[in-house]
Amino acid sequence: MSVVAAVRPDSWNFPLFLHVLGAMILVGGLLAAGGVLAAARGDARLLRLGYWSLLLVSLPGWILMRIGAQWIFSKEGWDDVPDDAVPTWLGIGFATADIGGLILLVSLVVGGVGIYRLREGKGSGLLRATLVLSLVLLAAYIVAAWAMAGKPS
Amino acid sequence: MSLDDWALALHVLSAFALVAGIVCFWMITVAARRADTPEATLRLGPVARIAGAAVGIGMVGTIVLGIWLAFSFGGYDIWDPWIVAAIVLWFIGGGLGRRADQAAKPAVRKALELQSAGRTGPDPELAALNTASTGMVVQALTTLVVLLILIDMIWKPGA
Repeated sequence: MSVVAAVRPDSWNFPLFLHVLGAMILVGGLLAAGGVLAAARGDARLLRLGYWSLLLVSLPGWILMRIGAQWIFSKEGWDDVPDDAVPTWLGIGFATADIGGLILLVSLVVGGVGIYRLREGKGSGLLRATLVLSLVLLAAYIVAAWAMAGKPS
Repeated sequence: MSLDDWALALHVLSAFALVAGIVCFWMITVAARRADTPEATLRLGPVARIAGAAVGIGMVGTIVLGIWLAFSFGGYDIWDPWIVAAIVLWFIGGGLGRRADQAAKPAVRKALELQSAGRTGPDPELAALNTASTGMVVQALTTLVVLLILIDMIWKPGA
């Protein structure tokens, strides 16, 4: 049974809370960004809103999720376990968090340039790329949340 | 993965959907505050539908699978204080969510009315409806209740 369902030492609760809350905010920001960018259809105001939702919601969510992840990883003693003994679900979680973090940064840079180009009247192509990256990230984090909660071995 | 593991994974994913929907509604609320034309107000409709679907899936998934787990998982009972608290908070959150939905409707109705009358420009009454604080207060309360459910689920007071 998962760590969420189990009664665990009190000292694990706060790091786990930060981790889960951060992950939920991250996924929420990605859904909002994806939804708003998809609905924008060239509307500059909505395109900017979609980008800001990535920057001001998803990025802080990712940071909170990643800090909480490292903290609870250490609290549960996983850093004392040899790499080959680390369970699959934990591997999926870390890979998705770190590779996803890089993709999030790329999408923020691409989207930032897209916002600049939009201001210059040069079209919204880069923000469409940001939309695609957001949706890819959303799918990846849903799989990660499933793996962290269900813990397939 | 056992059936309980699947139920737990889907219960957690439902909670993610619920929070994601609430985040989307916050984005819509923020965007709507600057909308004073029917088009700008109605443009947020597809995002609201996505958010509504996420909240709907989240609400149903969390309660159905949560109750399933309370009966199925040996360590817990449905009358455990933290489970009772979660169910009560779920109903309060649901009620507040409905109030928030109702608070958003007058602005949408006004935007549709203006659009059908062919008035596409800025409208002070529409702007006032979009900036009304009732919806935001109810939404803040809904968010607080969901946060309390998450705290309850993690700390499990009385377990």
